[in-house]
Amino acid sequence: MNGKSEVTERYIELYKENIDKISGVSSHYINSFREAAFEKFRELGIPTKKNEAYKYTNLNIFFDHDYKSYFMPVTSDFVKAEEFRCDVADLDTHGIVLLNGFYPTINEKLRQLPSGVWIGSLNEAAVRFADKIEKHYGKYAKTETDGLIHLNTAMASDGVFIYVPEGVTLTKPVQIVNLVQSDEDMFNQHRNLIIVEKNAEFSLIICDHTLSPKKFLTNAVTEVFVGENAHFDIIRVQNEHNNACKITHTFIHQEKNSVASSNNMTLHGGLIRNSTYHYLGGEGAESYSYGLFLADKWQHIDNFVNVDHASPHCTSNQLFKGVLDDMSTGAFNGRILVRPDAQGTLAYQKNNNILLTDDAKMDTKPQLEIYADDVKCSHGATVGQLDDDALFYLQSRGINKREARLMLMFGFAHEVIQNIKIEALRERMDNLVMQRLKGELSRCASCMVKCG
Amino acid sequence: MLIINNLKASIGGKNILKGISLEVKPGEIHAIMGPNGSGKSTLAAVLAGRELVEVTEGTVTYFGKNLLEMTAEDRAKEGIFLGFQYPIEIPGVSMVNFMKTAVNENRKHKGLDPLSASDFLKMMREKKELVEIDSKLANRSVNEGFSGGEKKKNEIFQMAMLEPKLAILDETDSGLDIDALRIVANGVNKLKLPDNSFIVITHYQRLLDYIIPDVVHVLYDGRIVKTAGKELALELEEKGYDWIKKEVENNIIA
Repeated sequence: MNGKSEVTERYIELYKENIDKISGVSSHYINSFREAAFEKFRELGIPTKKNEAYKYTNLNIFFDHDYKSYFMPVTSDFVKAEEFRCDVADLDTHGIVLLNGFYPTINEKLRQLPSGVWIGSLNEAAVRFADKIEKHYGKYAKTETDGLIHLNTAMASDGVFIYVPEGVTLTKPVQIVNLVQSDEDMFNQHRNLIIVEKNAEFSLIICDHTLSPKKFLTNAVTEVFVGENAHFDIIRVQNEHNNACKITHTFIHQEKNSVASSNNMTLHGGLIRNSTYHYLGGEGAESYSYGLFLADKWQHIDNFVNVDHASPHCTSNQLFKGVLDDMSTGAFNGRILVRPDAQGTLAYQKNNNILLTDDAKMDTKPQLEIYADDVKCSHGATVGQLDDDALFYLQSRGINKREARLMLMFGFAHEVIQNIKIEALRERMDNLVMQRLKGELSRCASCMVKCG
Repeated sequence: MLIINNLKASIGGKNILKGISLEVKPGEIHAIMGPNGSGKSTLAAVLAGRELVEVTEGTVTYFGKNLLEMTAEDRAKEGIFLGFQYPIEIPGVSMVNFMKTAVNENRKHKGLDPLSASDFLKMMREKKELVEIDSKLANRSVNEGFSGGEKKKNEIFQMAMLEPKLAILDETDSGLDIDALRIVANGVNKLKLPDNSFIVITHYQRLLDYIIPDVVHVLYDGRIVKTAGKELALELEEKGYDWIKKEVENNIIA
C-alpha cells in the first residue's frame, strides 16, 4: 500500500485537477519544485498513525472529506479581509491581513517597511527578489517521512514573504492576521518564507481566525532563515472554530550565534498539529520552543518538535503545556537530535499536562538521540491532575476551591505565556486564557465567529 | 475561642490523633511540643481543614461554631491561619495576585469592598516592612525558588496580611538559622494583639525564647500527655523527651 490509501488518492486527484491552474499563476522557480514533491507525496501519502511522528493523531477525520473547493484567491475575496481589525489594545504592529493564508491581491503585493524590510506575497517576491528566493526557498523544509510537507510544496501557490536585511532591527513586530473564510468546505495550503539576515532582529505574530462556520483544512509550511547573530521570534495564536483543522510545519534554520524562539498558543480549533523544526546550524545558536494549549470537547491538539543540534555549543529549550478538559485529547512529541560534532550541547525539554476529567487523554513522547559526548540534556514529562497540596495551600488562605483551581490552572499556563516578550500580547494571552479557564468565551472581540 | 474535645483522627486508616482535648482562650499563646511522629502536624492539618485527614471522633468548636463542618477556605475567612511546615511552591501564580485574591476574599466575607490597587500595594509594603521580608520576594511566584528561610518568612508575611484571630504555626522554626528565627519570632510578636491567639508547634525550645507561651503541651503518640506553664519547655530542652515517654509508659502500666 505504502500510503496510497483512498485518502491519499483523493489528494493525488486534487493535484492533478488543479496543477495547471496553480502552475499558471506561480513563478517559475516555485513551480520547479512541484513535480518532485508530488512524486514524494505519492510515495509517502497522507500520514497515518503508522507514521511514528503521527502516532497519536488521526488525520483522516479531516482529510477523508470532500472539500468543495481548493482555495485559490481572487481579488473579490479580499474585500471582507480588508475590513478586519485586531482589537488588542496597545499592540503596536505592522499589520497584514491574509485570507486563507494568501496575501491580498487588492493593494500592492509587496510593501516596504522602514529600514528596507519587505513584506508581501511570496509569489510576487519570487519574481522581484529571485536571488533571495532561490537562495532560501525549499532549502529548509526537508523531510523524508512527512507527505504533507511535500503536498504543500507540490501545490502551494502563495503565502507571505518577509525579508529583514542585514543589521536591521524592526522594533515593531509584524502581525499577520490570517482569516479563514469560505462559503463552502475548503482545503487550503500556503507557503511562507521569512528571511532574517545577519545581525537583524525581528518578531512575527500570526493570529488565526475562522470567519465562517464551514469545515476547513489548512496545511501550511513556513520556512525561516535566521542569519548569524540574528534574533527572531514567532508567536502563533490559534483561535479557530472546532470544525477547523490546522496543520502547520515551521522550519527554523539558525546560523551561528543566532537566537530564535517559537511560541504556539492554541486556544481553539478542532484538530491542530504544529510541527516545529529547529535546525541549529551554527556554533552558539540558541533556540526556544514553547507551546500552550487549552482543549475541551472533542478537540485534539498535537505538538511535534524536532530540535537538531548540528553544531557545537548550541542551546535548546522546549517547554510545552496542555490543559485538557471534557473528552479532549492531546499529544506531544519532542525530539532532540545531538549530532556527533555537536559538543558542548545544552538541551532541555519539559512537557506538563493537566487532565481535568477522566475522559481526557494525553500522550507524551520524548525522543532523545545523542551522538556527542559532551552534552547536557534533560527532559521531563508529566500528565496529572491539579496538585492537591497547592490547592489546599490556596484554600487555607481563604480562597474558595473554584477560584483556587482557576489560579492554579492559570499559573500553570502562565509559565508558558510569560515567555512572550511583547507585553500587550502577553497580557492579551493572559486574559484569553483566564476567560477560557473560567468557561467564558475567549475569542477576540472583532471576530464574528464563536470559537468552541 | 477554640475548644477541642476528645479529637481522634486518622490518615489513610492509620490512627494518628487518639483523643486530644485542648482549650485556647483569646489572647493566649499555646506551644505544642513533642517528638517526631507524635501527631503535631496532623492536629494542625485537622484544624486548618485538610481533607486528607479523617476525623473519627470528637468535636472542635471555634467561637461557638462546629469547626469540623467548615471548609478550609471558610475557616480561613473566620480567622484561622495555618503557617505551613513545608510551604508549597506554586509556579506561575504571583505573590501579588495570590495575596490580593486572599485579602479580598477575606474582606468580602466581612462585607467590605475589595481594596483598590494602590491601597493593596500600600498594605503589602507596610506588612513587608513589619515582617522584614525582602521586597523582591513579593514580585515572584508563590514560594518558587525561595530558600527554606524565605519560605518561612513568607508564611509570616501572609499571616500579617490576613490578620488572623487564631494562627497555628506548624514548625515554623524548623530549618531556620538564628537570624531568620529572630525575624520570624519578631513578626509573630508584632502581630500579637490582646485578643488573638497562637498555637505554636515546635520541636525545640529555642523559638520559645522569643515567643513566650502561656501554656505548653506535650503531644506524644496522639495524646496530650503533659500540660504546664512555659517552664515545661525548658525542662524538655534540658532532659529531652525520654522522661515523658517513660512517665507515659509507667502510667499505662500503673
